[in-house]
Amino acid sequence: MTNLAISLLIGVLTGAGVYLVLRAQTFPVVLGLTLMSYGVNLFLFTMGRLHTAAPAVVGATEQSADALPQALVLTAIVIAFAMTAFVIVLALKARAALGNDHVDGTHIPQADRVMDRRKEPRA
Amino acid sequence: MTDNLISLLVLLPVALAAILAMTGQRAPGLSRGISLAGVAALLAMSLGLLLGGSGNTAQVIELGGWSAPFGIVLVFDRLSGLMVVLTSIVAMLALLYAVRRDEDSAGPHFHALFQAQLFGLNGAFLTGDLFNLFVFFEVLLLASYGLLLHGNGRKRTRAGFHYVVVNLIGSTLFLFAVGALYGTVGSLNLADISLKLPEVAPDAVPIVTTAIFLLFVVFLIKGAAFPLYLWLPGAYGHASIPVAALFAIMTKVGLYSVLRVDSVMLSGNSIGGLVETTALIAPWLLWLGLITLLLAALGVVAGRILRRQVAYLIVASVGTILIALGLVTGSERELAISGALYYWIHTTVLSAGFFLLAGLLMRHRPEAGDGIEAAPPMPHAVLVGSLFFAYAIAMAGLPPLTGFFGKVMILAAAVESPLMAPIFAVVLISGLIMVIALARTGSRLFYQSQATPGHPAHSTPRDARTPMPGLALSIAPLAIATVMVVGAQPLSEWLETTAVQITTPSGYLDAVMPDGILLPETAPGKFGQDYPDYEGGKH
Repeated sequence: MTNLAISLLIGVLTGAGVYLVLRAQTFPVVLGLTLMSYGVNLFLFTMGRLHTAAPAVVGATEQSADALPQALVLTAIVIAFAMTAFVIVLALKARAALGNDHVDGTHIPQADRVMDRRKEPRA
Repeated sequence: MTDNLISLLVLLPVALAAILAMTGQRAPGLSRGISLAGVAALLAMSLGLLLGGSGNTAQVIELGGWSAPFGIVLVFDRLSGLMVVLTSIVAMLALLYAVRRDEDSAGPHFHALFQAQLFGLNGAFLTGDLFNLFVFFEVLLLASYGLLLHGNGRKRTRAGFHYVVVNLIGSTLFLFAVGALYGTVGSLNLADISLKLPEVAPDAVPIVTTAIFLLFVVFLIKGAAFPLYLWLPGAYGHASIPVAALFAIMTKVGLYSVLRVDSVMLSGNSIGGLVETTALIAPWLLWLGLITLLLAALGVVAGRILRRQVAYLIVASVGTILIALGLVTGSERELAISGALYYWIHTTVLSAGFFLLAGLLMRHRPEAGDGIEAAPPMPHAVLVGSLFFAYAIAMAGLPPLTGFFGKVMILAAAVESPLMAPIFAVVLISGLIMVIALARTGSRLFYQSQATPGHPAHSTPRDARTPMPGLALSIAPLAIATVMVVGAQPLSEWLETTAVQITTPSGYLDAVMPDGILLPETAPGKFGQDYPDYEGGKH
């Protein structure tokens, strides 16, 4: 049951991440990358198999968890964190340099205005 | 002693990066000196190791004294040694150019990022461990993000964002592949995985196969193969010149990983006795290489600025190398790999030099930069034009320069292949397309010089004595290419023994895992059936 829940969670996180990465604005793309890294971190973690009451200390209990995936996932978390920080700064820089937050930096003012009007009707 | 030198190849750049991050803007002259001395030391050490015969048998450094499957190893053999030498040569060219043309002061921390990039590159070439390869990929990518954005620019920022996002997705896929391999095979050491793959439980075979393919997808993103090369022309075409020149080695990291993982990790005969590994990846490489080469040739035609054309020439060289790596049947494999390595050296050094030449055009044609359009004649037009001509000949693969010999060696290996006809057709036709495109570029840039008030088109170029720093640096790669032509015989013999070392991975496996596979006493089952536990292992 836990296995199923965790696999579904990895699937949902990765799926949502892929969807967001394919969006046209930089912020959803950054969020998508973050969600994908959550998905993969969870995936790495479960690669040591899911145990209960099994610390990563050999001999402490009858069954011990594999410490390596835990070490891997820590490394991956740190790297993903640094990368997210970097890509956010880059997205902000692109927003400042290009004047809009489209991933290609192509700004179609007309289309934006139509979208804005549809989303936020003027009072 | 040699062990220490090999470790230094990785440790020296990271130590210098830390020092340079401190000296940085405060002492620009000192930073330049440290950075140049570091790269010169790397070049001397790697050349010394390689020529001293250190790589003739794979040399293993166990970090922290932990032996192979438990600790992380660095492996120095001829292939990784050659890659480190190439990295140092390209880095030397790029760094000298940056210093000569004052490009390093366009933004903060150029030298620190440059050394961090070398740390990642050398680490990726020397590591014998998949997760460590991931970490070094991240190191070199993070440094490359910084370098790519060095010196501002709107187009550079946009191209940089694409490059970063594509590579972050690649890193995520890499982690999925590494995780799935560890979860089923129970190891991350390349040699250890190779020994354990035939023992994988039958029900884990589909997962292992998927993970392996995923791994190669990641390598081909880094290596810029069809359909995953679209990030490259934008990123390389908009980077500052020394950075673009250094990036000439970056696609080779992907290709190196393809070659290393295919030849070592997949050297067992099968995955769990069900899936053959000898021809698992290679046919894909061959077809992707053919498509990449053809599309890249068309990209060269379409390029409007010289840097973009050079970027597409790099993609074309990736295609050519992939074709060679995809040739598997029979004894031609050694010939194909040695041809690929010859072409590999040629394309890395010359595309770096071609970028430097494009940089000279950018600086000395104020009206048009390196855009392929008519402009008033630039200073030293005859010399620069001749250099362009030589580069175009070499890159398009015409005799008498290196590109021709590399292609001949690869085609000679393809004669026995069942796909000989398409390979010959694609290689020759794409070569023709590139010749036409580069001839057009050359005539636009150097013949159709345009008159401007005060500068009639066909008078002597203005300021014929204008100093042009960095000109010698764009000649140096051609000198290397000439040496490669003159010394083609000994070089290709050396590369053939290298290819034999690559195709007979038992040397690598014995060096890394002298005791063979270490079976955990507590897990009598096959790998993947149960989670292998190393309680009873040797440590």
